[in-house]
Amino acid sequence: MSELEHIRIPEPEKPLPGLSITGDQGLIQWLSSVDHKQIGIMYLWLAVLFLLVGGIEILLVRVQLAVPNNHFLNPETFDQLFTMHGTTMIFFVLAPAIFGFSTYFVPLMIGANDMAFPRLNAFSFWCTFFGGFLLYFSFVAGGAPDAGWFNYAPLNQYKYSSSPGIDYYCSGLLLAGIGTVAASVNFIVTILKLRTEGMGLKRMPLFVWMILINSFLVLAAFPALNAALVMLLLDRELHAHFFNPTGGGSALLWQHLFWLFGHPEVYILILPVFGIFSEVFPVFSRKPVFGYGFVVGSGIAIALLAFGVWVHHMFATGLGNTVNNFFAASSLLIGVPTGVKIFNWLATMYGGNIRFSVAMLFAIAFLVEFTIGGLSGVSFAIVPIDWQLTDTYYVVAHLHYVFIGGSLFGLISGTFYWFPKMSGRMLDEKVGRWFFWLFVIGFNLTFLVQHALGAMGMPRRVYTYPDLPGWGLLNLISSSGGLLMGIAVCLLVYMLFTSRKTGKEAGNDPWDANTLEWTTTSPPQLKNFNTVIPVKSTRPFRDFKRPDDTDWAREGGNDE
Amino acid sequence: MMKLVVGTEAMFFLSLIVAFVYFSLSPAFKVLQLGTLDIKTTGIFSALLFFSSFTFWRADANFRKGRTQRLKFWLLITILLGVVFLLGQAKEYMKLLNEHVNLASSTFGTSFFTLTGFHGLHVLVGLIILTIVTCLAFMGDFDVGGSSVISTVGIYWHFVDIVWAFVFFVVYVSPHLM
Repeated sequence: MSELEHIRIPEPEKPLPGLSITGDQGLIQWLSSVDHKQIGIMYLWLAVLFLLVGGIEILLVRVQLAVPNNHFLNPETFDQLFTMHGTTMIFFVLAPAIFGFSTYFVPLMIGANDMAFPRLNAFSFWCTFFGGFLLYFSFVAGGAPDAGWFNYAPLNQYKYSSSPGIDYYCSGLLLAGIGTVAASVNFIVTILKLRTEGMGLKRMPLFVWMILINSFLVLAAFPALNAALVMLLLDRELHAHFFNPTGGGSALLWQHLFWLFGHPEVYILILPVFGIFSEVFPVFSRKPVFGYGFVVGSGIAIALLAFGVWVHHMFATGLGNTVNNFFAASSLLIGVPTGVKIFNWLATMYGGNIRFSVAMLFAIAFLVEFTIGGLSGVSFAIVPIDWQLTDTYYVVAHLHYVFIGGSLFGLISGTFYWFPKMSGRMLDEKVGRWFFWLFVIGFNLTFLVQHALGAMGMPRRVYTYPDLPGWGLLNLISSSGGLLMGIAVCLLVYMLFTSRKTGKEAGNDPWDANTLEWTTTSPPQLKNFNTVIPVKSTRPFRDFKRPDDTDWAREGGNDE
Repeated sequence: MMKLVVGTEAMFFLSLIVAFVYFSLSPAFKVLQLGTLDIKTTGIFSALLFFSSFTFWRADANFRKGRTQRLKFWLLITILLGVVFLLGQAKEYMKLLNEHVNLASSTFGTSFFTLTGFHGLHVLVGLIILTIVTCLAFMGDFDVGGSSVISTVGIYWHFVDIVWAFVFFVVYVSPHLM
């Protein structure tokens, strides 16, 4: 690399400022940063910003639905709001939050000083950033997209949605998608090439394992979405005929391509969260994770099966019994590896010395809520039930139980777990408990009743409904639960902002944790590691702290 | 890294090819396909593109042996072949557009131009990369060995050729077989 010596790279030399803007170079240090920690933090703030925006959108929707025959919103605005809510939450809250944690912690957990391609890393972030803002530019450009987050044909055609919203949907998601693919390439190379000495694949932290599997999933799934988005743009801008049935195109083709991406996407948003839980459960149960190999193996099984289940989103389109039965079987099958993981975590807790921190509370709540979401998911794999319930509020309830009760609970758990490392300060455990109960109660109030509404036949995505028996009351309960969640999220954001300055000093290792990121200072120095402690088991930092009771000695010290 | 990029690109082209095959099942599609496409002319241009994979392989092999002059020669030939292929594609597009076959005319036009257009775009990107590499070669960057640039670019260039093999078969050859 001798030729690089005379290129001056404007990089900071002092320690990075943790979560605050005031470094030695101020805001420009963040904008020009190629440091994985700063990029990770920017991903996370981006997710928080869009969480608030997407939350406000859906609160407006819930106000409209609070009572029957309401006219708070007109139908056009209603369509735009729920479309933007879904798109925002999936692509610009859950995804950037997951990539934020991965970008920050994958290098730290494997003992590396940065990602394999730091500039590509910055490129990925800015693609996501501008993708989000491009999507939101549609509001001032003449109207937001209004065909739902999965944007079915022919509703997505110019004839039915003539505002430029869907064009912004395509370009925004395309840009963000390119960023996601680039980030995933970066993760794979980083994980495969930059692990510290001694960290074989079988000793990698499970979070890193899940990111590795997940990145392959992204590389295989996102091209289908990108291709579909390009085709849709061609349809709308250049009058091509991909999805327009009147021109010989096929509306079903959009559904196939979208769900060929869309179902793996569901797992893309949950596998890293499984990784977070596989760190949180052992640390707060003070036991090694139960069945390390099974957690990894079931992760791989989920990733492979994820590509064989997409048609269960399309049972109602009339593809025939053979196709439906095949995909019903595969969809039932994918419940198995997910169930394996739930038992892994339960067994990790069993007999452990459990500390009920907020991170652990969210992890335990996840086990309950995600299982409910999983069970309603399995019910959809049964074709007749799907025919009865598809496009009702039952689907809405199911997907929120897995996206919130699964993905978001994991990300919040990760926030409480890792915030001390990123900021050097603790999040207040007492206020955190208030937040936990408000959020969990609000969440169940909102969505548990929607199962019933769906079973009673209330269709999703209608802007108002007649005053049928029970509907008004159940919707009111749902809306008040939503308000509770809104208050809880405001409390969380307030905590994040205040704790970063005034929280209790965290120290380097506040949780007595197991993995390498806790061996650094909080927040870590500009250069993560000067030396990395030896890695001889999956819990290297614990071995280091307790040299007389190491995992590798107990396992027989097989290679030393 | 390049292998991962190529892998994800392959999935992208798979989606486009699936869309093409999906539309090609309708009878009107095949009539247009047989009536407008000239398998012989495009076949010759395709052969030139496939040959460019061979010339790039020669460039790479000579680089490994430290023969910088031959490296430059084979790189230039590769670029030339790529440019000729793109010119052939442009000529074919002009002919089709004159016959009023375009993106908006039918599902054949839609899927044909999208699929071959995206492949052409990849050839163009490859040519830009090759031009940069060739400039670097003439500036003496590859006089010392050990760089992985040539072999990395090679993965991409061979990939673009292999994609064309599939596209050529699906778009030009398969209607004659069935």
